[in-house]
Amino acid sequence: MKYRSEYLKDCITVMPEGDLDAESARETREYLDKLIDGYRFDTFIIDFAKVDFMDSTGIGVLLGRYKRIKALGADLCVTNVRPQVDKVFRISGLYQIIKAVSV
Amino acid sequence: MKITNHVSITLPALHGNEGFARAAVAAFCAPLSPTLEEINDIKTAVSEAVTNVIVHAYPGTSGNVELTVRIFDDRVIDIVVADQGTGMSNVEEARKPFFTTKSQEEHSGMGFTIMEAFTDKIEILSEKGRGTSISMRKELKNA
Repeated sequence: MKYRSEYLKDCITVMPEGDLDAESARETREYLDKLIDGYRFDTFIIDFAKVDFMDSTGIGVLLGRYKRIKALGADLCVTNVRPQVDKVFRISGLYQIIKAVSV
Repeated sequence: MKITNHVSITLPALHGNEGFARAAVAAFCAPLSPTLEEINDIKTAVSEAVTNVIVHAYPGTSGNVELTVRIFDDRVIDIVVADQGTGMSNVEEARKPFFTTKSQEEHSGMGFTIMEAFTDKIEILSEKGRGTSISMRKELKNA
């Protein structure tokens, strides 16, 4: 998994690249937590344009980050969610707490 | 129904192999011309089942994932993911959304819910101390 991030006007955008599964969960969690701990932001956006695959391990990673970001009074959003990931989001009910936005 | 193709793969229950397992099953099913959604459904279900074995089946020890795919009439895909690990004492509980024995590690407990949603049929056999076998069926619509 590769990651790119951008910090602009109280908004962090992260673009992971690869599959978000049990193998990559830990490094993804660590990468996101470093950003959460290191910056002040109102909105944290994960851009899924280059994530072709995510399974329920990814749900756990996102829920964990959602709780941390919410506790800081900020919002977690996702964008450019591709079909397989979108179906996992819909079935798990993740969209009820993590907003999909267009950027 | 007649078996038209089949494959069995045995691999150690180690992180890194979940990606290989779902790619291998997707490649095996590709000649049946599934839709992109169908192939994604199969990959997701396989990933969930194999991840369960890697994460839960062999605590403190090692073992294998036994993956078997059978294709019937070039249209019906049966996938069995089995292990000879610790087994589950309560399968009904494990199937419930958000149920997890590893919440401190941020496991979502959505694995079985996803497997059920992404396949047409799922059967779980598990015996404490003997292992678990997950059978999933996916029927291709336009094949």
